[in-house]
Amino acid sequence: MVARVSATISVANLRKSYGSTVAVGGVSFVVEQGEFFGILGPNGAGKTTTLEMLEGLREPDAGELSVLDLPPWPRNPALLPRIGVQLQSSSFFERLTTREQIRTFASLYGVSARRADAMLGVVGLDEQADTKTEQLSGGQAQRLSIACALVHDPELVFMDEPTGALDPAARRNLWDLLRRINADGRTVVLTTHHMDEAETLCDRVAIMDHGEILRLGAPATLVRDLDSPVRISVESGLFATGDARGITAGADVSDDGVSLTIATRDPAPVLAWLATRHALAGLRVQGATLEDVFLTLTGREYRA
Amino acid sequence: MNLTALRSLSRAIFLGFVRDRAALFFSILMPILFLLLFGSIYKTSSAPKVTVIEVGRVSLLDQAEAGAPGQLGKVLKVTHEANLAAALESVRKGNNDAVVQEQGHNLVVHYSIADQTTAGIVQAVFTSIVQQADAAAAGRSAAYQLTTQQVEDKSLKPIQYLAPGLLGWAIASGGAFGASITLVNWRENKLLRRLRLAPVSVGSVVLARVGVSLAIAIVQLAAFLGIATLPYFGLKLSANWWMSIPVVICGTLAFMAIGLLVGSFAKTQQAATAVANAVILPMAFLGGAFVPLDYAPAWIREVSYAMPLRYLVTGMQNVMARGEAAVTALPAIGILLGLAAVLTAISVRVFRWDAV
Repeated sequence: MVARVSATISVANLRKSYGSTVAVGGVSFVVEQGEFFGILGPNGAGKTTTLEMLEGLREPDAGELSVLDLPPWPRNPALLPRIGVQLQSSSFFERLTTREQIRTFASLYGVSARRADAMLGVVGLDEQADTKTEQLSGGQAQRLSIACALVHDPELVFMDEPTGALDPAARRNLWDLLRRINADGRTVVLTTHHMDEAETLCDRVAIMDHGEILRLGAPATLVRDLDSPVRISVESGLFATGDARGITAGADVSDDGVSLTIATRDPAPVLAWLATRHALAGLRVQGATLEDVFLTLTGREYRA
Repeated sequence: MNLTALRSLSRAIFLGFVRDRAALFFSILMPILFLLLFGSIYKTSSAPKVTVIEVGRVSLLDQAEAGAPGQLGKVLKVTHEANLAAALESVRKGNNDAVVQEQGHNLVVHYSIADQTTAGIVQAVFTSIVQQADAAAAGRSAAYQLTTQQVEDKSLKPIQYLAPGLLGWAIASGGAFGASITLVNWRENKLLRRLRLAPVSVGSVVLARVGVSLAIAIVQLAAFLGIATLPYFGLKLSANWWMSIPVVICGTLAFMAIGLLVGSFAKTQQAATAVANAVILPMAFLGGAFVPLDYAPAWIREVSYAMPLRYLVTGMQNVMARGEAAVTALPAIGILLGLAAVLTAISVRVFRWDAV
């Protein structure tokens, strides 16, 4: 595989084993400049090991790997200032305030204290500047760790499960920040085990399991390729389940006593039928998700 | 080496230390409290004067004083009391050591044998006084005279071993805990890995940590010398005391190397603390930090040669308190540096960036 000139990351047949355990069993992909790329999979799928090889923290057993046209292993001082890595939200110096923390990281890259302070504003931590990092909330600490990863204005940003332990509001808040980072023109590579996160944020995702990439593509494309039925549900008891089966051929109808659900690949006539009967109370229309893609690919439930 | 990075890393580590109340207490305040406490307890342990109550007038005492001015005062402290019963009660309670009375040609001495040393001194002193008086009465000039002379002992006064001993222990703990806990914490919270991803050399990170520990050790040294040389504690620094500065520096390096090795194996902060304690605390007893080797049993003196702390403590003691030449600290410095080099080399081999 020949790396294209514009490719920010190019990986071919990358392998890594720990003893007899194969963590990454020969993966290949390319990340284009400015792309928001997701590596998706359950715990133990090999996402983190893949990311660590891209960052230059682990030596691949085999395969070709170039990041910003440079080899990341062994530790490459020419590459380090051009990449930003966000680790866990607790990877800080003990007992420093938010401002001291980011200024320390900034100085490691020769970045001024002023720009470091400005970065706090970007991630919305101005008010917490004098708070010790141990006292920050989970979401605030995560935003600080992202600020520390971005303080030297890297071209490429790696994030390992950035929304790991956050509550839903903090997650959404962080998603906005991640989108802005990418909109500024940076390439972002993110691992996650949240399907919805990958679907919301990523231009393309690689779905991994057992050290291999099962599918690679835009989330919408992956879902569309699945050609799975749309699930339309309304309140139970608006009409008989038998009536519903007659609407369109091949519809799968079920009623759990709360909702009546019609699963079909041809939703238009079903929706029209429901509308004419004024049976739209509690209507929900759900397409397939990446979760369904995973289920179809592996034949098992996604173990988040 | 990037100086800006080195400075800001040092600053970050330093702030982390001074904001850690527990670390401040254990490495700076507690050793000083120990020094204040033990320094006060052992201050009065030099041979006590015997206190005697003179009931009525005892002409023999005057005579002895006249015969050898100032000599008696070195051994006896004499107070006066009119009432014999009250004086005896005072001896019974242990507030004074003896009561002396003159009854005609009889010198009556009441003393307690609760403390045999004092009892011995009382008997000896008064026997001698009576014999001299007898001789004088017989018109002979005394063939023998009592003179007392304090021997300038080559063994150390309490503050002279307490200050280097407790300081050695403080520096050993500071070095070992500073290195091991930083390493384990930074590995655990992945800061180590984060630093590896920044364009900063391992040398800068190590130098920052070592630099801060050395600065702390010098502060400990200054605080100890400041307190121990107060007139109340009375440590008199020998001319070559400055040689204790390189000894402290090398001791810090040696104990940081011990901490580095502990931190390379320990997985959690709790484990690192426990192991570092298990290394340092027995060493404080066996290496002459808590128990001065001069007074320790022979087996402890033998064992102490295997204790790195011994070299830090005796190295400081020799130049700080015993008044020995500056070069006498060199063997200790050599041993401490050698230990630091060997342990660091081992640590580099077993070093792990990550917990897994």
